[in-house]
Amino acid sequence: MSILVNKRTRLVVQGITGGEGTFHTSQMLVYGTNVVAGMTPGKGGTKYRGNDKDQFNRAIPVFNSVADAVKAEGADTSVIFVPAAFAADAIMEAAEAGISLVVCITEGIPTKDMIHVFDYVKEKGTRLIGPNCPGIITPGECKIGIMPGFIHKQGRVGLVSRSGTLTYEAVWQLTERGIGQSTCIGIGGDPIIGTQFIDAIQLFNADENTDAIVMIGEIGGNSEEVAAEYIKKHVKKPVVGFIAGRTAPPGRRMGHAGAIISGGKGTAAEKMDAMRDAGIYVCESPAIIGETMKLALSRKYKGKRFAAVAKKTTEKSAAKKKINPKKKKISKRK
Amino acid sequence: MKIHEYQGKEILRKFNVAIPQGGVAFSSDEAVAAAKRLGGNVWVVKAQIHAGGRGKGGGVKVAKSIEEVRSLAAQFLGMRLVTHQTGPEGRIVKRLLVEQGINIAKEMYVGVTLDRTTAMNVVMVSTEGGVEIEKVAAESPEKIVKAHVAPSVGLQRFQARSLVFSLGLTGEAFKNGVKFLLALYKAYESTDASLAEINPLVVTKEGNVLALDAKINFDDNALYRHPEFAELRDLNEEEPLEIEASKSNLSYIKLDGNVGCMVNGAGLAMATMDIIKLAGGEPANFLDVGGGANAQTVESGFKIILADKNVKAILINIFGGIVRCDRVATGVVEAAKKVEVKIPIVIRLAGTNADLAAEILKNSGMSFLVAGNLKDAAEKVTNALAA
Repeated sequence: MSILVNKRTRLVVQGITGGEGTFHTSQMLVYGTNVVAGMTPGKGGTKYRGNDKDQFNRAIPVFNSVADAVKAEGADTSVIFVPAAFAADAIMEAAEAGISLVVCITEGIPTKDMIHVFDYVKEKGTRLIGPNCPGIITPGECKIGIMPGFIHKQGRVGLVSRSGTLTYEAVWQLTERGIGQSTCIGIGGDPIIGTQFIDAIQLFNADENTDAIVMIGEIGGNSEEVAAEYIKKHVKKPVVGFIAGRTAPPGRRMGHAGAIISGGKGTAAEKMDAMRDAGIYVCESPAIIGETMKLALSRKYKGKRFAAVAKKTTEKSAAKKKINPKKKKISKRK
Repeated sequence: MKIHEYQGKEILRKFNVAIPQGGVAFSSDEAVAAAKRLGGNVWVVKAQIHAGGRGKGGGVKVAKSIEEVRSLAAQFLGMRLVTHQTGPEGRIVKRLLVEQGINIAKEMYVGVTLDRTTAMNVVMVSTEGGVEIEKVAAESPEKIVKAHVAPSVGLQRFQARSLVFSLGLTGEAFKNGVKFLLALYKAYESTDASLAEINPLVVTKEGNVLALDAKINFDDNALYRHPEFAELRDLNEEEPLEIEASKSNLSYIKLDGNVGCMVNGAGLAMATMDIIKLAGGEPANFLDVGGGANAQTVESGFKIILADKNVKAILINIFGGIVRCDRVATGVVEAAKKVEVKIPIVIRLAGTNADLAAEILKNSGMSFLVAGNLKDAAEKVTNALAA
């Protein structure tokens, strides 16, 4: 029913006794995530039940190292809630301990640290999601990260996004229309992230329980273009896409460290063009992600790629506005 | 974080990167003193602002006498310098760099930055110096030669040699070029820079290789490791409203539009700006209030948005995940009463306790335009602008 995480996932929380770690662990436990261990150096051998503000529904054994958590509890996945200055170390410790999937929520890790981390986890064969991301969720089974659980619904649409709250927005639009999700991944807004769009798309494409994919990008870098190229060649499932930041000025960092148009590259227009060219249903507005997916999944368009649908809708809206469809198409292409 | 050319060169000097002799000046007298100290009979006076294209914009000029240094300095200081990177409003020049004149034989380019695709640093050189490198990349990409740096070992001598060979340097200039690249990379790496760009990199008639210009940007996330860089920040180069916002922990960027917006999360903030445009308005700002959208942050947000007199309407878009919408709504009501907002406010709150939030807004006695979803919010913005 999913990719990467499910009800069999055995999760260790790095930084479990910190404020963020405690709050989000309590939320993950409520959701039903199989949290098997916590890790805080110096607190090994204790059991942790949360603090006064956030109490856990069961006690979690705490270890001094990730290796100990792997040995004692068979942890195979980790989530990181440690401060930016120590996060690179935490990711590498998890990789060294044989954890196969590391989800790093921490924001603000220096790029130099991430260059080394990226190299290290690649060497170890560990998959990293993030940093600076909301995490990953397989609705109804396993929530790893900081996303609100209740907006999700079990189902067959995979979602991958560089953002946090914009991801929730898209998920909510799907859920409100009765469209459930197989797995939702927030890959993170930093310049260097462990899992790129293309990696997530490959996994969704291979997952027999995912029927369609939502891909939400933003300005900066070219990972959306790389994924679009892959989709064009290999993906037969319908893909709905949106790129945030078409009104963002060049040279300014829009909150996320990676969201910057530099040297005229990484604009929303370029990315949307590449996605359209790959047969992706590109939403002009973030308000229509849900309804576009509904359309893509409808019987009328089943098996058809964007080009066919776009032509129909263009003709339809053109007829409404009494514009010659041919003329409109040309102007759209510039 | 951006710094001035003279500050960048000062850092490069510490890492033994060859730069021309020079001195910073905040007045004509200081400029003259710097020129006298440097000696010789040719100087270059360079306006210091955080933007490229200064030469073309008329902010870099050669002086052949001390009197000329004085008159150029007087002309530059206080001048509004407009370049292709400053926008039409330009920047007021408040600092100058006075440098010794150089016998230039050849102008080239070198830049070090992160290649996001490979997650490695990349050193780029080009024989096309002194022009916009973006233009070279677009028109003749074959003229840019790159070397990716393996993270575990750093830039190797063979890589530096091959880059310098590609620039066509020989003899003394070749040796100096290799030394220059290795030193520049060391400086980039040690300072947690996100960009070290030398354009132009020059070879002198004597075979020296020098950084005639220097653009150094630092990784904001790594500034905690370099407390000494804090004093390099020049607040004159920043938008006053953005400085104000950063004091309240708000991520704010001023734009030129007529609809202000306040959003939680950077991606949703960009998407909200896009919605404003689609609704027929222009976004006046980017504003991410982050995870804690409470009365205090919303109040600071209102004040900052309203300080921009072009703003005709405000769109608040909050997706309550961990943040509860009813608390945000209470915060918005309190703040709006306190700040006395007189322009239309469109509010869209979704997620946790959105129903409660709608009640609070409805019963507040204020004329908020409450939107149920993003589409509705866009339409309400359109209507507010038309009214």
